[in-house]
Amino acid sequence: MTAWPDRGDTLCRECFTWRDTSTGESDNRCPCCGSHRLVRHPELSHLSIAHLDCDAFYASVEKRDDPALLDKPVIIGGGHRGVVSAACYVARVYGVHSAMPMFKALAACPHAVVIKPNMKKYAAVGAEIREMMRAVTPLVEPLSIDEAFMDLRGTERLHHAPPAETLARLAKRVEDTLGVTVSIGLSYNKFLAKVSSDLDKPRGYHVIGETEAVTFLAQQPVSILWGVGKALRRKLVADGLRTVGDLQGVEERELIRRYGVIGQRLARFSHGRDSRNVETGSAVKSVSNETTFDTDITAIDALRPYLWRLSEEVSGRLKRKGIAGATVTLKLKTKEFRLLSRQQHLGAPTQLADRIYRTADALLAGEVTGRAFRLIGVGVSDLGDASHADPQDLAEPDFEQRRKIETAIDMVRAKLGEAAITKGRGLRAGRMKQSPSDKPRVEDEN
Amino acid sequence: MKITIDRAALLKPLAHVQSVVERRNTIPILANVLLRAADGQLSLTATDMDMDVVEAVACAVDQPGETTVPAHTLYEIVRKLPDGAEVGLTVSSDANRMAIRAGRSNFSLPTLPVEEFPALSGDTLATNFVLSAADAKTLIDRTRFAISTEETRYYLNGIYLHETKAGDMSVLRAVATDGHRLARVQMPLPEGAAGMPAVIVPRKAVQEIRKLIDETDGDVQVGLSENKLRFAFGGTVLTTKLIDGTFPDYERVIPAANDKTLRVTCGDFKKAVDRVATISTEKSRSVKLALDNGTLTLSANSPENGQATEEVDVDYTASAIEIGFNSRYLIDIADQIDDGNKAVFLMADAASPTIVTDEGDDGALYVLMPMRV
Repeated sequence: MTAWPDRGDTLCRECFTWRDTSTGESDNRCPCCGSHRLVRHPELSHLSIAHLDCDAFYASVEKRDDPALLDKPVIIGGGHRGVVSAACYVARVYGVHSAMPMFKALAACPHAVVIKPNMKKYAAVGAEIREMMRAVTPLVEPLSIDEAFMDLRGTERLHHAPPAETLARLAKRVEDTLGVTVSIGLSYNKFLAKVSSDLDKPRGYHVIGETEAVTFLAQQPVSILWGVGKALRRKLVADGLRTVGDLQGVEERELIRRYGVIGQRLARFSHGRDSRNVETGSAVKSVSNETTFDTDITAIDALRPYLWRLSEEVSGRLKRKGIAGATVTLKLKTKEFRLLSRQQHLGAPTQLADRIYRTADALLAGEVTGRAFRLIGVGVSDLGDASHADPQDLAEPDFEQRRKIETAIDMVRAKLGEAAITKGRGLRAGRMKQSPSDKPRVEDEN
Repeated sequence: MKITIDRAALLKPLAHVQSVVERRNTIPILANVLLRAADGQLSLTATDMDMDVVEAVACAVDQPGETTVPAHTLYEIVRKLPDGAEVGLTVSSDANRMAIRAGRSNFSLPTLPVEEFPALSGDTLATNFVLSAADAKTLIDRTRFAISTEETRYYLNGIYLHETKAGDMSVLRAVATDGHRLARVQMPLPEGAAGMPAVIVPRKAVQEIRKLIDETDGDVQVGLSENKLRFAFGGTVLTTKLIDGTFPDYERVIPAANDKTLRVTCGDFKKAVDRVATISTEKSRSVKLALDNGTLTLSANSPENGQATEEVDVDYTASAIEIGFNSRYLIDIADQIDDGNKAVFLMADAASPTIVTDEGDDGALYVLMPMRV
């Protein structure tokens, strides 16, 4: 695909020297700097789709800021009711992994240092990393705060190096300037790049080329395929399709007949084919936030202050991004860990906390039936730019006034800080924590 | 129970009542129709717990009695029987089955006890008045397109029916809004309606009422209380619960100072909007109205679909204005105005609500929010 000359099959990740070892020479050290950190692949100088993933990102940031934590198991997560947001590699030795309930994590690793997530800090570091990626190629598709796809096709002339080297230099630059390590997966499409970055972690660099993709995939379980979750995996295994190799043996037409649209993806991915482009625009599909309570909550008046705070937070992010959404989603998790999700489509997109809260509150009213909840969340999706957001509402004569009040509060906050001014209904979320016996008051309607 | 009835005579009331029955029901009795035979009449009742329809029809009653059977199944059977067939309905002696006989066709349907059937109708309602079928149609047709489907604002999911003053005159007024458009229609207050409670009639009831009155030209008896509404005509009685909520103070959103007046022949306007909207994107459906000195230029622009403009001669002398609307909303309103009549638009600016009225009908008024285009 590229006219760039072949630089060889081996790259040193420390001094960026290229070598060709295909003729038989196979020294495991770089002859220039003596480093072991070599990446070797016959297609190395031709591959250009990458997935970059930070290693135990939140934990790495905390360790960077407090070197005393370096050799300790560190878990980032909230209270004993929450889940693990991130676990450092020391903690992982004890079997701790992200999304694990906190109490299980602490049972596995009682001496772990638990740190409350500081999302603002992580977001700032994540943004810096993204900037560094964008300096390398404009085609960056963030998947989350700490991982992204990159398309480096056509960047050889600009960087006077094949993508493989540009990526190695980027990884080193991130590590040197920000103090967090990343792992890189390099391949010829997004699916394989993502699979690849997972295979050599932390501080890794793994390459999957066209020559071995199909044989490599054949030995993998079907769950490695993007889009195969628990349910589909169970279905596939029940049908005798345990490995990707099993899938490779079934015709695409047959897979589509059996599994519908996803069948096509199964067929293509199983042969290492993925034609999706690295899309810069599709970064945000929804903006949401949720919180797990210290003790389960049953009463709507006790849930509302949390809902208001979350609505304000989500609204704040929408406003900062200059976007608005036309669908509001309420998320609840019952005491028994049953997840409920209720949606309302709005006639016009919104970015106002007031509208998000009122819509979610109406959805909440339908779900509060005496059962206890451990988590509440609110999200806004169906996003677009904010120019059409929040027009006057003929069904709410007071809407204009409430919109003006919210804008005024936003302006005060921009000048004097978040805590300068707030609505009464939000305060009770904090106070309730300290005095759960506090009687609910009548809602402030404005 | 044992009756004989002409297929056509049974099909009509059955078609009416079965449309109230929800297709998917978790409570088995709600899938059934209540059949009651006595005094030379068969009465049929169906309910969804929020409303019920009772319809009576003459038949030969051999043995009075009552039962309930699955509504949709009975309807499908009767529908498929040949025209002119004599249908015999007989409940078995143990009351567990009802046999349906017509010619050489035989069916047997499972029944459920009558006692389980929820009763909604029956009680007397405080306010009673008479509407002509034509007036009832007007109240519904002029407003129902604006009913909101947003479930979180349940108080908008119906037509707000209330008594008010227009100048010195007492009027019966119907209002519906979904936040983007508002429809308001009024007529002189019928005798007996004075002091009526203000109520919100749910969308499903509105639709059923509209279907039923399509088949009548006579008068409609309306009964009303705080939480129930009843429509009765011919042999049909529909009773519905009302939406328990507060309808917004809509008068405050109707602008009083809009000073840019556009008069346009409604039929021409509607067809032009429809043509230009072919280009509008599926998502926004927007069209732009540019008004300058006697000419309206409609336009639509979409990066994918292309571009369209059309000029229409209009009465317009105010300063030039450009304003965008959702084309579907414009057509919904234009549909309420006779093609030959003038539609009158009262505008302020491109961001404020616009009023639309029908020059030939001073009872109806529509408010429409512009879109940014």
